[in-house]
Amino acid sequence: MRSLFPILTVVAAIIGVWYLAAIWMNATWVYDQAARDGREVGFSEVVGQTLNQERPVLPAPHQVAKGLWDGVAGQKVTSKRSLVYHGWVTLSATLLGFAFGSAAGILLAVGIVYNRAMDMSVMPWAIASQTIPILAIAPMIIVVLNSLGVTGIVPKAIISAYLSFFPVVVGMVKGLRSPDAMQLDLMRTYNANGAQTFGKLRLPSSMPYLFASLKVGVAASLVGTIVGELPTGAVAGLGSRLLSGSYYGQTVQIWAALFAAAILAASLVGIIGWVERVVLARMGLVR
Amino acid sequence: MTEAGTTAVIEAKALDLVFQTADGPVHALKDVNLSINRGEFVSFIGPSGCGKTTFLRCIAALEHPTGGSLTVNGLTPDEARRKRAYGYVFQAAGLYPWRTIAGNIKLPLEIMGFSRDEQEERVRNVLQLVDLEGFGKKFPWQLSGGMQQRASIARALAFDADILLMDEPFGALDEIVRDRLNEELLKLWARTGKTIGFVTHSIPEAVYLSTKIVVMSPRPGRITDVIDSPLPKDRPLEIRDSRDFIEIAHRVREGLRAGHGDEV
Repeated sequence: MRSLFPILTVVAAIIGVWYLAAIWMNATWVYDQAARDGREVGFSEVVGQTLNQERPVLPAPHQVAKGLWDGVAGQKVTSKRSLVYHGWVTLSATLLGFAFGSAAGILLAVGIVYNRAMDMSVMPWAIASQTIPILAIAPMIIVVLNSLGVTGIVPKAIISAYLSFFPVVVGMVKGLRSPDAMQLDLMRTYNANGAQTFGKLRLPSSMPYLFASLKVGVAASLVGTIVGELPTGAVAGLGSRLLSGSYYGQTVQIWAALFAAAILAASLVGIIGWVERVVLARMGLVR
Repeated sequence: MTEAGTTAVIEAKALDLVFQTADGPVHALKDVNLSINRGEFVSFIGPSGCGKTTFLRCIAALEHPTGGSLTVNGLTPDEARRKRAYGYVFQAAGLYPWRTIAGNIKLPLEIMGFSRDEQEERVRNVLQLVDLEGFGKKFPWQLSGGMQQRASIARALAFDADILLMDEPFGALDEIVRDRLNEELLKLWARTGKTIGFVTHSIPEAVYLSTKIVVMSPRPGRITDVIDSPLPKDRPLEIRDSRDFIEIAHRVREGLRAGHGDEV
């Protein structure tokens, strides 16, 4: 409970600043309207009107909260206006992409650690792949895969995997290489074969690194999926909510979708953190 | 307990090892001749860089000599390693933090394919041998440094190799713990009859433990003296005050000084 107080203080400060910013940014529109009608507006009237506009420049926190609540609880989950529906579309592609990305990342890391040619060649390509703006290649991936007959959530998942494999490669290479020379010598004195050295030494040593990477990777997966939904005219998913919100100036809808995405990301990272604690505790690595 | 026999378990003839480094070749071992008989307790002593650890690693086939010959149980070191002829104890205990003490001792047994029942029995036996009964279910961090090192000795003993190679196993421990572990190591050696190669830079430790003391000196790493200890098998700690002990310690010290003479 002691840790709750500072957290709440920070949240309260953010909400306070947010309200002030909303009043300041939305006031222009209120003054413009009043000038057009040729009437004067008082300060309290301005404040009241800035916080309840239909299409504010910056929606106030309570508007976003209401938008979020309406999206989650105010609709049937099958409705096209339900954030649960759109969230699930994004989440399913995220999870698939995360699975692809993590598997690819782990396999690449094993290859880099065990194969000299891969060690010399793969990492520069992996780094180069991350310097290309995903926004630029996402439509191409969708078009190419579509022409190959791959549709549905797989193309989105591949874009998501494209972002999430990288932290897993970096973390796993570091983790698989974390046993020191002495621990490797010890395996040699037992005449252990490669599979035994991998299974009994390298893999367990890499676990703390793996979980740290997975946390970064799952958040990157979600970003990848949303980005994959943006430039491709997707009709469902949090990305499409952001897009249609920006088409029609529905700022409340954009912010609600953004918060839904943030809550989703936080939950995913939280779940991995929980799995990490359980696994590492069972391994005796948590005191 | 078998008496120290006359069969050479480890035999080095004109052994040479040159490391190629960025600063040019380093002569780690030069013309090393030594034979170690079954059941002997041999200490290697010398300043750092004298090649004592390198020689031990050559026996273990963790380094490969560039000249001369070296046999372990009549085989090349690599063949002997593949036959799991020795257990190796490093300076740090190096226990896997994700395995319990029993789990750590089982590690070589799992790799070598012992049955589950046999693993359990061997763990029980070696834990008793190093006086760690009841600690099998603890994780390494729950044990003191001395206890961890005992567990690592148990791990090296578990698969019952005839040779035990120890590279400054007590170097990181304080004097009091070290004395006790030295005493226990002698008892363990008496009970098991293993051939032990022991690297140290402590003169009292070398003299107290060994039947044979190999004094080495650096640049190039070589043997300057081999001392067969006249001390009896049964050695209480107080033996360190006896005249024999002091004389041997003196000779070791002289050997170390002579080795340094040509470079100061």
